[in-house]
Amino acid sequence: MSASVDAITYIKSTFPSVTDRLSSDWPAVNVPTGELISVLKSLRDEQAFDLLSDVTAIDWAEGASPRFTVVYHLYSTTSHAAIRVATPCTGDDAAPTVPSVVPLWPGANWHEREAYDMFGITFEGHPDLRRILMWDGYPYHPLRKEFPLAGIETVLPDSAVAEETKAKVIAAPMMGGPFVASAGEMNLTDAEPRAKDESWSERSAKPGA
Amino acid sequence: MVTSNSELAYNGKIEGEVIVSRADAVINWIRTNSVWPMPMGLACCAIELMAVGNGRFDIARFGAEVMRFSPRQADCMIVAGTVTYKMAPVVRRIYDQMTSPKWVIAMGACASSGGMYRSYATLQGVDRIIPVDVYVSGCPPRPEALLDALIKLQAKIKAERSASELFTAST
Ligand code: SF4
Repeated sequence: MSASVDAITYIKSTFPSVTDRLSSDWPAVNVPTGELISVLKSLRDEQAFDLLSDVTAIDWAEGASPRFTVVYHLYSTTSHAAIRVATPCTGDDAAPTVPSVVPLWPGANWHEREAYDMFGITFEGHPDLRRILMWDGYPYHPLRKEFPLAGIETVLPDSAVAEETKAKVIAAPMMGGPFVASAGEMNLTDAEPRAKDESWSERSAKPGA
Repeated sequence: MVTSNSELAYNGKIEGEVIVSRADAVINWIRTNSVWPMPMGLACCAIELMAVGNGRFDIARFGAEVMRFSPRQADCMIVAGTVTYKMAPVVRRIYDQMTSPKWVIAMGACASSGGMYRSYATLQGVDRIIPVDVYVSGCPPRPEALLDALIKLQAKIKAERSASELFTAST
């Protein structure tokens, strides 16, 4: 842990624009998008954070500024320290952008493709920014806050099969769900999904609705 | 009266090497006892499908042990697992490549209805793209449940009018 704290001290003294980020496990920093590459490069080369273990993103919901944050998880295979680096995306909601870190860690390739697929974040300089989980041509980015869990109706990936089977990508029937706990400060038993009235479904309407 | 000496079965000496039966009965008897499954293992259910082939459960007792990974040699597609929309056209293609007669077992909640995956990525039941003969409930179903499905499928095959399908011109 002290190696991560040393790294934080080092990086903050080298890059004054870097600030601490609230974290409940290992140390974390916020980095302005413009300095992302030099900060990560410095952590890799000067502080031996040689392993990029994850790249992911946060959608702070519509109207938030910045709307999207990209998060990098670094690990050092020599000091066994971990550190988290977060940077806001530039650009508008439709096309948020951050620089790609594939030149620093080739392993970032598929992580960035996943973040692109799920959030629609463009990683500038990525060698092959295609969808990785959903199929090419899928029109949405499913982990964005405005995207419903059930999905949005669209066409099957293969038009010949779609024509033959008359099948479509449909919004999934939720049958009284989604089965998630209620938010907020409350008795855990009352927050349980089963505490809600889930007797209604697509076929029997919600009572009183 | 039935004694231990009574000959109940076909006797070649008396019948003269000739058996009289119905074409349907013979064809279905053959089909029933050599169902060659195509293991469409797409998720966790495939593990139970593998267990069915092991000695403990032994699908060979019902003549369906010849798992074929080529659809052209298979009679029965066992869809074992979650069918995503991305995979759905592939499943359909493989089904189309199987030669008739062919059957489909939807194994588990996912293949039957989408299961717990009420989500944007999951096909809500494989019957939306291919015709299903037997559905197996469970998440995952016990291997015995799949054997039960196979036995049900065999009963279904036995009741088919195979001969008329074979000997009347089809389009
Ligand atoms: S039904 Fe259950 S065990 Fe089978 S594939 Fe779906 S989640 Fe896995």
